[in-house]
Amino acid sequence: MIATTMFYLLGAVALGATGLAIIQRNPVYAVIYLVKSIFALALIFYLLGAPLLAALQVIVYAGAIMVLFLFVIMMLEVTPTNASTRSAPGWMQWAPVLFLTLTLVVLTLVLIGLDPATSEGIPRWHATPRDFGYTLFKEYALAVKIISFQLSFAAVGAFHVGMTERRRARLEDAS
Amino acid sequence: MNEMLVTLALILGKLLFIFGVVLFMAAYLVLAERKILGRMQLRYGPNRVGPFGLMQPLADVIKLLTKEDFVPARADKWLFLIAPGITAVTALLVFAVIPFGPTQEIFGQQVPLVVVDLNIGVLYFLGVSSMAVYGVVLGGWASNSKYSLLGGVRGLSQMVSYELSLGLSLVPVIMMARSFSLTDIVMAQQSLPFMLLNPVAFGVFFICVLAESNRIPFDLPEAENELVGGFHTEYSGMRFGLFFVGEYINMVVLGSLVTVFFLGGWHGPWLPPMLWFLLKVLAVCAMFIWIRASMPRLRYDQLMNLGWKVLLPLTLVNILVTGAVLLGLG
Repeated sequence: MIATTMFYLLGAVALGATGLAIIQRNPVYAVIYLVKSIFALALIFYLLGAPLLAALQVIVYAGAIMVLFLFVIMMLEVTPTNASTRSAPGWMQWAPVLFLTLTLVVLTLVLIGLDPATSEGIPRWHATPRDFGYTLFKEYALAVKIISFQLSFAAVGAFHVGMTERRRARLEDAS
Repeated sequence: MNEMLVTLALILGKLLFIFGVVLFMAAYLVLAERKILGRMQLRYGPNRVGPFGLMQPLADVIKLLTKEDFVPARADKWLFLIAPGITAVTALLVFAVIPFGPTQEIFGQQVPLVVVDLNIGVLYFLGVSSMAVYGVVLGGWASNSKYSLLGGVRGLSQMVSYELSLGLSLVPVIMMARSFSLTDIVMAQQSLPFMLLNPVAFGVFFICVLAESNRIPFDLPEAENELVGGFHTEYSGMRFGLFFVGEYINMVVLGSLVTVFFLGGWHGPWLPPMLWFLLKVLAVCAMFIWIRASMPRLRYDQLMNLGWKVLLPLTLVNILVTGAVLLGLG
């Protein structure tokens, strides 16, 4: 009972914070709301019996990626923009709103159509770090390898871009 | 029912005990630091309030509480007010997973001397401590002052450079203890502390902990002779006090973590376990103070170089070597 109430409360917080993160004009506020939403999500993971995932969610997203976002925002000194952005002419203005509304309606209909009594719930088990690790590195070993390869490609790519910039600067200095 | 009440009372007791001891230690660390720094610089340090200046922390608190709580014009009020709390609270939260003694029997119940023995204890510490930087950054940003903002940005970049090495330097510890739980890590050091088994990891972790606590030689976010006070330039009264207390709570917490991960926790001959734990924590804190008295501040680029080009490769190699040795030993 408490768990269900907590779940819906946290879900509301996560959704609300994400929504606010999207509509904030001030980028620092947007980041703070996103962090809040990530926290709520981590707690939901914990409630569902996945403490490891909750911890990783906080460390990786709130602790590293959002910190990096904040760093970039502060370094670039992004100022809150005014309302005067370019607006598309005529009906195009309403396209995003219409699209969002349609999606929401469809999603709601689908969710109402699903009867939770007939579907089988995911087994509730406390994923210890050991179980989680074994599952991840045994059953999904290939996926983990592919993802880590991709990450190292990205790292090499970033290094390459950085190197050419620097080399270009050096060449300009020399000439 | 009765048993549940006893359990609840014991948990509350533990919480109150930890809260009291940590705050007391933080308050007296301030005094100890001022005294020791004073002696190291051939001064006396505070010695007016009470015998040997022992009432100085109390006087400081009264002074801070009665000062005006000032919010600068055009500052972001809410963030400005919240930020110091984030620093202090995250520092305190870490203590929830730190075991400070072996399991005791109280009222016929086995009571582990830790608030919660999470099976993801190490990750909990990393997660919560990575939140601490938000206090510094948001405080610096919300103040709407150049010095504060510079302090905040420095805090961020320092965090980004050191968080990775901090986490990776703990991987060999986890490999040797075969557990994320801090209690298991202490139990694994019954015969030999990990400081002797893996001195490289200890060195890297200690350096990263110094960076984490924003103290000399890594006190770039506040750098008082370049940035006035860095992220807390605009703060006054008890909110400044909260930042200050947060730093010292952090010292106690990080000292405890060094003790748990590398110095063998409460293990030690002759003396009772909890006393050993306290002594080790105090020794690490004394080390922090000693370093503050004798080291210059690193320059910004030196800090980046050290973090990314020295510590990070060192930790990665260390993980490989430790893994190979553990595999070789079976």
